[in-house]
Amino acid sequence: MKFRTFAAFVGPSIFLMVLFIAAPLVTVFLQSFQLNQPIVERVEVETCTPGFPAQKCVTEVKTQPLLDENGNVRTTSTWVGFESYANVLQLDRVAEAISDGRPGRILTIDFWKALRFTLTFTLVTLPLVIGVGLAIALAVNNLTRALRGQIIFVSLLPFIITPVIGALSIRWLFIGDGILTSLLESWLDRDISMFAQGWTIEAMMLFYRVWHVAPFAFVVFYAGLQTVNQDTLESAIIDGASRWERLRYVIIPHLMPLIVFIALIHLMDAYRAFEEVVGFSSQAHRITLQWLTYDYLTPDDSGNRSISRASASAMLTMVGIVILLIPLLRRSWRDHRGG
Amino acid sequence: MVTPKALRQPMSLRFGSAAFLAAWCFIAAFPIFWIAVMSFKTPVDAFAANPLDVVFGPETRARGNGLSVIDILAGLAMLFLAARLAMRWLPRMVARYSPPGLSVVGWIIGSLAFGIGFIVVFFVILPPILDVVNGMTGPLGAPVIGLTAEHYEAVWVENDFWRNFVNSLIVTTGVVTVSLTVGTLAGYGLARSGSTLAFWILIVALIFRALPHSVLVAGYLPVFINSAEMLRPILGENAPTLYGQPLAVIAVLVSINQPFTIWMLRSFFQNIPAELDEAARVDGCTHFQAFRWVIMPVMWPGVITTGLFSFLLAYNDFLVTSLLLDAQNQTMVPAIAGYFNRETTTTDQVEAVAAAVSITAPLFLLVMVFQRQIVSGLTAGAVKG
Repeated sequence: MKFRTFAAFVGPSIFLMVLFIAAPLVTVFLQSFQLNQPIVERVEVETCTPGFPAQKCVTEVKTQPLLDENGNVRTTSTWVGFESYANVLQLDRVAEAISDGRPGRILTIDFWKALRFTLTFTLVTLPLVIGVGLAIALAVNNLTRALRGQIIFVSLLPFIITPVIGALSIRWLFIGDGILTSLLESWLDRDISMFAQGWTIEAMMLFYRVWHVAPFAFVVFYAGLQTVNQDTLESAIIDGASRWERLRYVIIPHLMPLIVFIALIHLMDAYRAFEEVVGFSSQAHRITLQWLTYDYLTPDDSGNRSISRASASAMLTMVGIVILLIPLLRRSWRDHRGG
Repeated sequence: MVTPKALRQPMSLRFGSAAFLAAWCFIAAFPIFWIAVMSFKTPVDAFAANPLDVVFGPETRARGNGLSVIDILAGLAMLFLAARLAMRWLPRMVARYSPPGLSVVGWIIGSLAFGIGFIVVFFVILPPILDVVNGMTGPLGAPVIGLTAEHYEAVWVENDFWRNFVNSLIVTTGVVTVSLTVGTLAGYGLARSGSTLAFWILIVALIFRALPHSVLVAGYLPVFINSAEMLRPILGENAPTLYGQPLAVIAVLVSINQPFTIWMLRSFFQNIPAELDEAARVDGCTHFQAFRWVIMPVMWPGVITTGLFSFLLAYNDFLVTSLLLDAQNQTMVPAIAGYFNRETTTTDQVEAVAAAVSITAPLFLLVMVFQRQIVSGLTAGAVKG
C-alpha cells in the first residue's frame, strides 16, 4: 500500500485523535503550570445608613471582579510553576505528619487518600476478577451444551449494565434497612448501617467492580478454553496427572497470554475508577484519583472551576498510567523488532 | 462419543461446579432483577426490610393497584405469544417484504412495527379488557401482587425524562455512525499496511486508550466554554459556544473511542484474507473500490460488533456528558444523578429506581438480540493479543 493511500485511509481517524486527545493533553500539561484568576480591583465603598443625630457612614474596601464590555469576568493567566502541584500534593502537610510520627494523617489529604484507595482498589480486585472469571469459565465448560447460552446471557448482564446504575443497584439493596442489610443484621444480631463508615463502602465498591468485570474475564477465558490442545491433555492423563495438575500445568499455561491481557486491561480500567464513587455517593469516605479531577472540574458553590488544580491532579494521575504501560510497551517493541 | 473413563468426573465435582454456577447466575442477575421489582412498588414496599413484602407489595395492593391471578396468566400468555411471533412470523414477513439487498432496513422497520404493536396491545388494549374480566370473576380477579406504574409515569411524563432519552438517542446515534465511518477506514488501512508507521500509530492509540477521561475533559472544558470568543476571528459573529452542544460531545466521544475502535476493527480486518483485495486489485479496482465493494460486504459482523461497543460507550458514559453538557441537553445517565442527589423523600428514590430500570431495559434487549456479537467482540481483541 502506497503511503498516500494509507494516509487517506488513516487520516480522518488520526485527525480526530490529534485534535481531541493529543491537543488536550498538551493544553492540560500547560494549564497545570498556569493559574487563571479573575482580575479584581479594590474599591473604597462608602455606605451610609440613616441615623440620629448624624448619618452613620462606613467606608470599607471591597474587592470586586473587573468586567469586560459583555459583562463577563475578565481573567488573567499567570505562570505559577509547580504551585498547583504543591496545592494538590500538600507536601508540607505530609512532611509535618511524618515528623509528628503520625503517618496516618497523610490520608486526610485528598490526593493521598485518593491514591491510597485507587491502588488498593486496583490491586485487590485484580486477582479476584481473574480468579472468579476463570472459575466461571471452567464451570461453564463443564456444563452440558444446552445450558451454556443462557448462562452466558445472564453473565453478560452485569458487564453490559451502565456502571453508575450497576453500582446504584447494589447500593439500593443495602441502603437504610434494605433487604440485604436486614439479612446481615439478623445473622450477626447487631445493628448495621452500611453507609456510615468507610470500610463497608469500600467492601461494596470492591464487590461491585468484581461483579462488573468478572463476566469479561469469563468470556475471554471461556473462548481460550475451547482451543486447549486435547492431545496434550490426553498425554497428561496417560502420564498420570491428576485433575488439579492438568489444570495447573496444561490449562493455565495455555491461558497465560489471556490472563496477562485481562490483567492489563483491568489495571488500566480499575486505575481509572470513577463511577463507583458516583454510584455509592462515597465521596465523604472514599475517593479515587479520577474522581478528584472530576471534583476540581465541577463548579463549586461560587461557580468557579479550579482548572489548574484539576490539570495538576490529572497530570499526576497520568504518572501512574505511564508506569503501568512501560512493561507493555517494552514487550510490544521487542515483538515488533523480533517479528 | 463415549467419554473415556479417565476424563469422567466424580459426582462431587460435577455437583460443585453446577452449584457454583447457579450461585454466580443468582448474584449476577439478582441486583438487576431486584431493582426492576422495586420500581413497581410504592416507596414503603420498595424499601421494606422483608423481601416478601417487596415482591408482593401489601402496601401497594392496599391502595388498589395490583395484578390478579387472571392478569398474571393473561400477561404470561401474551408474552409467550409475542415471543413466538417474534421468532417465527417476524423473520418470514421481513424476508418476504423487504427489498432485495436491504434486509437490514427491513429488519429495522419490522422490529419497530412489532415493538409498537406489542406496546399498544399489551398496555392499551389488554388492561381495560382484563378490568372487565376481573370484575366478573370474583375472588380470582382480586389482586394478589401489588404493582403500580406511577413512578414510571412520574419520571417520563412529569419530570420530562423523555427529553433526556431523546438527547441520549442523538448522542449515541451520532457517535456510532461517525466512529464506524472513520474507524473502518483507519482499521482497514492499518490492517493492510505492515509499515513501522502503522505500528507506531497503533502503539500511540494503545496509550491513548489507557488515558483517564477526566484528563482529557480537563483539557476541553476551558476551550469549550470560551470557544465563542476564540473562534470569533475565524467564524465571525455566529461562532458557537461548544459547551453544552451535543455535537461537540459526539466529536469528543468519537475521538475518545477511536483507539479502541481501530484496534478492534483492525483485528477483524486481519481475519479477512488479503488475497481477496489483491484479486480485486488485479481486476482493476483501486484500493478504495476494493475496500468498498469487496471487503465491506464480508465485514458486516465486525462492523456490527464494533458498533455495539461504540454504542455502549456513548450510552453508558457519565463523566464526559455530565461535565460537557448543560442541564437541558443532558443525556439519561447523568440525569439520574440529579435524582439521588436530591433524594429527600423515598418517593424520589423510587423514581430514581424507575429511571434506572428505564435506562437498563434497552441494554437488556441489546444483550438478548446481539449476545453472539458481544461475545465475539470481547474475544476479538484478546485472541489476537
